[in-house]
Amino acid sequence: MNNFAYSRAHTVTDAIQQLNSHGQSQFIAGGTNVVDLLKYFITSADALVDINPIEEHHSIEEMEDGGVRIGALVTNADTAYHPLIEQRYPLLAKAILAGASPQIRNMATNGGNLLQRTRCYYFYDANAPCNKREPGSGCSAIDGYNRIMAILGTSEQCIAVFPSDMCVALAALDAQINISGPYADHTIPLVDFHRLPGDTPHLDNNLQPGEIITSIDLPAQGFSRNYSYLKLRDRNSYAFALVSVATGLELEGDVIRDVRIAVGGVAHKPWRVPEAEDFLRGKTASRENFGAAADIILRGATGFMHNNFKIELAKRAIIRNGMMALHPETQLPGAQPSL
Amino acid sequence: MSILYSPTSMQGHEVEEGKLHTISLTINGVRKEIQVLPWVSLLDALREYLHLTGTKKGCDHGQCGACTVLCDGKRINSCLTLAVMKEGSDITTIEGIAPADGELHPLQKAFIEHDAFQCGYCTPGQICSAIGMMEEGKAHTRDDVKELMSGNLCRCGANTNIIDAIMEVKEGGKDE
Ligand SMILES: Cc1cc2nc3c(=O)[nH]c(=O)nc-3n(C[C@H](O)[C@H](O)[C@H](O)COP(=O)(O)OP(=O)(O)OC[C@H]3O[C@@H](n4cnc5c(N)ncnc54)[C@H](O)[C@@H]3O)c2cc1C
Ligand code: SF4
Ligand code: FES
Ligand code: FES
Repeated sequence: MNNFAYSRAHTVTDAIQQLNSHGQSQFIAGGTNVVDLLKYFITSADALVDINPIEEHHSIEEMEDGGVRIGALVTNADTAYHPLIEQRYPLLAKAILAGASPQIRNMATNGGNLLQRTRCYYFYDANAPCNKREPGSGCSAIDGYNRIMAILGTSEQCIAVFPSDMCVALAALDAQINISGPYADHTIPLVDFHRLPGDTPHLDNNLQPGEIITSIDLPAQGFSRNYSYLKLRDRNSYAFALVSVATGLELEGDVIRDVRIAVGGVAHKPWRVPEAEDFLRGKTASRENFGAAADIILRGATGFMHNNFKIELAKRAIIRNGMMALHPETQLPGAQPSL
Repeated sequence: MSILYSPTSMQGHEVEEGKLHTISLTINGVRKEIQVLPWVSLLDALREYLHLTGTKKGCDHGQCGACTVLCDGKRINSCLTLAVMKEGSDITTIEGIAPADGELHPLQKAFIEHDAFQCGYCTPGQICSAIGMMEEGKAHTRDDVKELMSGNLCRCGANTNIIDAIMEVKEGGKDE
């Protein structure tokens, strides 16, 4: 790690001021991503501003519109095990608990989870060209070992995936991200928060310099009766997703009244295609219909050789997770395939 | 008791103005004050400053769990934790889990009975993690225990016996 200074912020305003007065500085929350990247010299900082002492944004509360507001500084573990989340947004709880390890979830915060960086091997290898780490240097993954890379929304500059599990569920739940900044407070829907790489792969998301995430709002509809999170990976636990799927269904008999499907591990952001959800509304919850929806979601999917398998894997995962959502009680620890 | 500790490796080095922080931690029930630079991990503070070498460094990147300690009762990876951020916290390491009367902690006994280690390098982390897991109270079945202990790798492959040892201590070995 480079030799950075360290300070504590006690209010949001204080945090924003300290960040902007310290040259190249960064916030630190759980530290599980930024400390890791500092150790590998993938990132550096003149100063780290610790936002944990901020008094607000450490709680999970019901809102007047029936939704729930989750503080950015609440840990991933405390979020997943909170009664409001367990009961009303079990899809979110399952997705969080499928990520990382219990120790990391005890440290990681919700704000930090949204901002975690890609796990592309070449991004982590300071000697390899990487447009995300060093704009203009090239992309080592496109013609390299790209087994874990994206199949959707890629560009000639970058084919990395965004690795969060939590955010796949947040995308399905139509979460909103509340942000404070040096000039104004604003809100961005989660589905618009992360970016596609395009020709600016160094930008992961639309948070502007100097801004801080304060909380995440979940709308009232939590799909708590019929939901499922499925995570497919090289080992059953403590590994990032090759493909993951968050599905929420609202059923009338076996007819789908409302549905959300978000796919992780396939793009630079959680992947949602409203057209596929429109297609499913009013249809029966069957393998055939989920398969047709999967074809819409995966339209234009392209492999880069080592990751070609992800196209078929994602299709099957979408179908299977649709069927699993009919029986959420069969869910296994670690979001492994059931049924 | 409060003693000012500084690391052996820092002696003779110039310290940059203003970057040194004095923090106080309660380690295994004893209050300690240490002087740390911001980039010192809690793991290095324990091992290099306080000479508590029971906590192990495996990967130093959050990937193996060997460095697991309890911070205010919760299991965390001390390698990804900056010591300076834990000002005022209560830290328990493997050295602090046995009762004072010379007996071993039930998990320590169970690990010995079940042959739950070979080289022993992952063991302090496994045991601290298992204590944290039981405190969390979310593991009800053997499958839950496997999933909720997955943050601790054992490269000797003693995993089956580790789970057996934990199951024995937890609720007398039965699924709830
Ligand atoms: C071994 C390992 C395995 C993992 N496996 C998984 C996995 O399977 N699935 C998964 O989803 N994740 C996984 N993770 C990633 C983990 O979930 C993230 O590291 C964690 O969520 C980041 O949160 P944090 O609070 O620790 O962030 P930090 O490291 O503290 O911060 C990350 C970034 O966000 C910024 N930041 C933090 N909070 C705010 C805020 N409120 N406002 C503005 N900026 C902020 C920081 O400046 C920094 O740039 C894994 C991590 C490790 C180390
Ligand atoms: S895929 Fe993106 S992150 Fe990976 S090497 Fe290419 S530019 Fe870098
Ligand atoms: S040394 Fe901390 S997790 Fe490996
Ligand atoms: S006993 Fe050797 S690593 Fe677990």
